[in-house]
Amino acid sequence: MDDALLRTLTPSVLTVLVRRGADFAAAEDAVQDALTEAVRVWPDDPPRDPKGWLVTVAWRKFLDATRADVARRRREDRLGQEPQPGPADAADDTLQLYFLCAHPSLTPSSAVALTLRAVGGLTTRQIAQACLVPEATMAQRISRAKRTVSGVRFDQPGDVATVLRVLYLVFNEGYSGDIDLAAEAIRLTRQLTAVIDHPEAAGLLALMLLHHARRASRLTPEGALVPLAEQDRGRWDTAAIAEGVTILQAALARDRLGEFQAQAAIAALHADAPTAEETDWVQIVEWYDELVRLTDSPVARLNRAVALGEADGPRAGLAALAALDDSLPRHTAVAAYLHERDGDLATAARLYAAAAPKASNLAERDHLTRQAARLNTAGSKGEPRGGRRV
Amino acid sequence: MAKYLLLKHYRGAPTPSNDVPMDRWTPQEISDHVQYMHDFAARLEKTGEFVDGQALAPEGTFVRYDGKGRPPVTDGPFAETKDLIAGWMVIDVDSYERAIELAGELSAAPGAGGKPIHEWLEVRPFLTAPPTITE
Repeated sequence: MDDALLRTLTPSVLTVLVRRGADFAAAEDAVQDALTEAVRVWPDDPPRDPKGWLVTVAWRKFLDATRADVARRRREDRLGQEPQPGPADAADDTLQLYFLCAHPSLTPSSAVALTLRAVGGLTTRQIAQACLVPEATMAQRISRAKRTVSGVRFDQPGDVATVLRVLYLVFNEGYSGDIDLAAEAIRLTRQLTAVIDHPEAAGLLALMLLHHARRASRLTPEGALVPLAEQDRGRWDTAAIAEGVTILQAALARDRLGEFQAQAAIAALHADAPTAEETDWVQIVEWYDELVRLTDSPVARLNRAVALGEADGPRAGLAALAALDDSLPRHTAVAAYLHERDGDLATAARLYAAAAPKASNLAERDHLTRQAARLNTAGSKGEPRGGRRV
Repeated sequence: MAKYLLLKHYRGAPTPSNDVPMDRWTPQEISDHVQYMHDFAARLEKTGEFVDGQALAPEGTFVRYDGKGRPPVTDGPFAETKDLIAGWMVIDVDSYERAIELAGELSAAPGAGGKPIHEWLEVRPFLTAPPTITE
């Protein structure tokens, strides 16, 4: 049973049903029923044309459901108005599905859930596990999302930026349970770039690949954070890095810069450096300048201060940091790091300790606490250990 | 998408404005209160924001390690100072603002006289696994 194949076919089958006139919510239910049947039947009796099989079965399920619904409401007379089968359209119809699942009327979490279900072909249980919520909750989230977009016309052009934002949310959602949502986001974005010619879509795919390539080295097996400078670069996925860089270069050549391309460029410069010391911080600062220009994001400014601290020295970084609101997440952690680089270990230790309780995740909090402890005990225990980077 | 714990304190928080012990309520008022909690949880399940919730018994026991081969030393609740946590609910919402909004709604559960008890709820974000992006 090829689970991956089923997931790949899901969006195009769904698209065919909707093209033939099925309501989105009803079509989605029918496709899920068909997938369930495929899981049951295919191992013994594999179809020659899997997509055709799924379309046929899903359409039958849809008609059955429509009939049952109609009967329930005693409106049998309308049976004659069943939507007529239409042509099974080309694959790029899938694009409409992305737009629908990222519709602005949906909340971010609903858009993520619906995208995983309708475009990704995941089951409700898989999505619930990945998002660490009960299956019943996820089922409701998805059915609400389906109801919300039910009246939306399928042929309206959507907003690519919204789609990309939702895919990026999926990428960052986490990875627990059977389904790795980061890998799933890459698969969906890859699929998207096959049907849409957009530099930012390519930029997002490159960004995901470049980050994902370094994921294995970011945490120890026990889940402790490993700073960039200390990561084992031998464990980086060089094939994914090469692919990300190639995709990024092609996107940049189009000369329509956007924030995902700029972020990918920064990730590429990190991935390209054979050692941490050889990182091209000057160029990274330039990309952060672009990012600040494009997004005016305080987080981009904060990261720029870190990069500036590497390129021009910790004093320059601290000066840039001083211009920023100190209530920004990670502001204190960055200040601690730059003070340590500047040799002011007492201030650094105090700031690391202050930054730890403000961290939003456990690995980061533990890391910052360890940094403070390292500086506080360095005097009594002899030479300081490594691990300087925030 | 972030998870928050809504903690219901019976002590430790400022006194709610409708602070009448539950045994002085009418049975109907208690039923209404319980119903409100049920409805709130059911509504959150429908919106796809409910994760889990439980009520806790008031009896708490403190336990600590006290050396190998010896039983742990236990002590009863310290009635004067102990912060009593009556129950909790975990929600999964799109924003901090939404978490605050929901905690506010939960705090409006009816109490004595059918009026909202204005109970204080502590809202605590979960420390999650690290996001994919760390630089």
